[in-house]
Amino acid sequence: MLDVRAMSKSFGGLKAVSEASLTVSEGNIVSLIGPNGAGKTTLFALISGFLKPDSGAVTFNDAGITGQRPHQICHQGLVRTFQVVQPFAGLTVRENIAVGAHTRIAGRAAALAAAGEIAQLVGMGTQLDQSAGALTIAGRKRLELARALATGPRLLLLDEVMAGLNATEIADLVTVVRKIRDSGVTIFLIEHVMQAVMSLSDYTYVLNHGAMIAEGQPSQVTKDPNVIEAYLGHGAAKRLLEMEAGADA
Amino acid sequence: MTKRERILGWAFIVCVLALAPLFITSNRWIDFLELTLFVAVLGQGWNVLGGYGGQYSFGHAVFFGTGAYIQALLQYKLGWSPWLTLWFAISGTTAVAAMIGYLSFRYGLRGSYFALITLAFAEAFHVVSRSWSSFTEGGQGVQLTLNQDPALALATFQFSFGGPFMKAYGFYYTILAILMISYAATWWMEHSRFGAQLVAVRENEDAAEALGVNAFLVKMRAICLSAAITASGGVYYVQKFLFVEPGIAYGTAKSVEALFAPIIGGLGTVLGPLIGSFFIHGVGEIAKEAIHGVFGDRPGVDLILFGIILVLILAFAPRGLVGILERVWIRLKARGDA
Amino acid sequence: MEFLGLDLPSYSWQTVLGSAISGVFLGSIYALVALGLTLIYGVLHIINFAHGALLMLAMYAVFFLWKLLGLDPYLAMLIVVPGAYIFGYGLQRGVIGKASHGRDEIILLVTLGVSIVIENAALFFFSASERSVLVPYDLDGIDLGVTYAVYPELIALGGSLLITFALWLFMSLTDTGKAIRAVAKERQGARLVGINVDHIFAVTFGIGTACVAAAASLLVPTYAVHPQIGYLFVLIAFTVVVLGGMGSFIGALVGGFLIGVTEQLGRLYLGESMGVITISVIFILVLLFRPTGLFGQRSG
Repeated sequence: MLDVRAMSKSFGGLKAVSEASLTVSEGNIVSLIGPNGAGKTTLFALISGFLKPDSGAVTFNDAGITGQRPHQICHQGLVRTFQVVQPFAGLTVRENIAVGAHTRIAGRAAALAAAGEIAQLVGMGTQLDQSAGALTIAGRKRLELARALATGPRLLLLDEVMAGLNATEIADLVTVVRKIRDSGVTIFLIEHVMQAVMSLSDYTYVLNHGAMIAEGQPSQVTKDPNVIEAYLGHGAAKRLLEMEAGADA
Repeated sequence: MTKRERILGWAFIVCVLALAPLFITSNRWIDFLELTLFVAVLGQGWNVLGGYGGQYSFGHAVFFGTGAYIQALLQYKLGWSPWLTLWFAISGTTAVAAMIGYLSFRYGLRGSYFALITLAFAEAFHVVSRSWSSFTEGGQGVQLTLNQDPALALATFQFSFGGPFMKAYGFYYTILAILMISYAATWWMEHSRFGAQLVAVRENEDAAEALGVNAFLVKMRAICLSAAITASGGVYYVQKFLFVEPGIAYGTAKSVEALFAPIIGGLGTVLGPLIGSFFIHGVGEIAKEAIHGVFGDRPGVDLILFGIILVLILAFAPRGLVGILERVWIRLKARGDA
Repeated sequence: MEFLGLDLPSYSWQTVLGSAISGVFLGSIYALVALGLTLIYGVLHIINFAHGALLMLAMYAVFFLWKLLGLDPYLAMLIVVPGAYIFGYGLQRGVIGKASHGRDEIILLVTLGVSIVIENAALFFFSASERSVLVPYDLDGIDLGVTYAVYPELIALGGSLLITFALWLFMSLTDTGKAIRAVAKERQGARLVGINVDHIFAVTFGIGTACVAAAASLLVPTYAVHPQIGYLFVLIAFTVVVLGGMGSFIGALVGGFLIGVTEQLGRLYLGESMGVITISVIFILVLLFRPTGLFGQRSG
């Protein structure tokens, strides 16, 4: 469904993403993990059209979308959320979601009604008339998800929707994300909360210093020495092995 | 406020404005009402782009002036009927707006930069209208001939030699009609997808783009509608005074008047510019009366007050008078229910 | 001479050079007015629309000090500059900072409101008529061959160079200057290391206003004072600041000279009234194609 080939992007000599490639197939939940500053959000911005790549290509549903504007990409069914949530603070929750719904619904009343339904789906049914600016962090994360969902996407790019939430909120949102997948939306997510990554993903990519260093089932990937080194520093994999050996003995 | 309350409120306002001439006999008060409605139209023009779209123009005179000049010059140079020229005035100004909008929005000018470039365009048009004498009659301005034949009053869109009713109220109802059309257009916009997307762009352009909103196109449509409304104010002005010159057309006064009314009345609301215009001109009249006794006729008093009110509103009531009135209304209703 | 299909008049090189030199003098005045504006932009990231009104107010102050006390305009600087600093500090702390809720687009409107109040207060109290200071030396000067430079022009040129240098020294060497630069660069970070950001904003605004007061003293011997004079200068000052790069002192100086020379040559070739359009055109082109100006830093 989504195919990213040899994507590169530099900012003033600093390579944020270099030769990154990945594939997301339809109906899956695929995750992208990696240490802070690995270039995950930059990669999302490149895919969704917020940044233009220096080289590389994005194909979505067999059509090239490299270099298109975000709103054009959205209309083809690929929508992103933002890590730093960006609510329309002056509008209500319903109006916020309706902006997304307008992508497929022209009428104002119909879009507002659709917004109500989406809100139910993500568990915001009771907050419809609240001002978006007054929501808690958890509320804003849900709103971010709801708005993106309202556009009727085929592929959702979720950028750290779990960050900053407590355990109950995370469990809630994991259920919501799974429900969205079951309704036929493919999901590609960036996540730091490993509990969510492990329980949600069918497949995982690991990005470090802008380059893909590993991919596979989440349970395999987390055992990959390259990945452990990337997260915990040089020599960490060896130390871990030694510790395990020590514990066994 | 409920939808029913809103509709009743609007019906009330329209009735009062439509019937006002029946109760007002003094010319002075009709003039006052006309001026207030005129500024309320300019204000709505600014509000469409600034209030709903968050693009603060500091040079809205460019649209007023261009509308006025086209309306005047086509009659003056080519002898066209004013009923024909007004379509050219509005569409020509919209074309100018599309040009300014294309340049500004394509190159991503926001905030202060947008304010500056609109100011620069107004200034450039000011200089051209003053200097290109062979085309614009330069600094002396364009003076249209006064029609003195009562039979042609309607055909020439000049009411000063029409029947007694037309003479007294012709332009009052002209500006009222323009006001009602432009306010209906704004109301329609607010309740449409276009309006929702425009507000989304104001609140957060990146998020709107991510959700499929073509921010550039939405802003282009907003500046065009905004310019069309403002230009219709220019058409009214030319027909009423049969005169336009560079300072009136492109000077800062119109740009400033256009933004006072909506900010004071309530940004991004249909009613805001009308309430704002009534408030500032009411206060202005009272102040002029009060000052008159002490200092005689001196310019500047009203604008000093407008400036102070603007800063006070920005500081203490960012939602303007409409916001204050809504709060009062809700409190009154709560008391009524209790 | 033909240029872009326009038939332009031909002039001797002496006339053109003379015009260019008078453009440099004019440009030094533009630079003077733009310095305070660019300083305030650099720190607060806002266009101060009240800048022109403050210039006008300071020019009135210089005028009345001369008229009522017989004080020479240049000596008046000793009173007007500190006074303007206090006024600017209070204006930012008491009005602009309070009313704007920290939102850039609101600051823009608040400064516009302030400028309207000041301009119309001047109109109300002083009327629209022009007032000039008569100094005994206003027509004395030096013959430069191609043009004649009067002392007030030469003093303004020297003043603009001196004030730019002084500002640069102040920003680089003093603790306050360093704090201002820290706030300009990283507002939140500056707050975290214990800098009182509101105070620094007001200090910056005060210094910007003091600069414009110094400009007023240097202007008064050559320019008549009236309520609209601020507006006339501020539009040009915006152009200079945008052209030079918002926040850059050297940019303001170079931008001022460029605009001054362009305007004079524009007047020479396009005529008195059409000549000033060169400023608007430069302004629009720079905003569109190089909004960071000649010396500006690209901001996020």
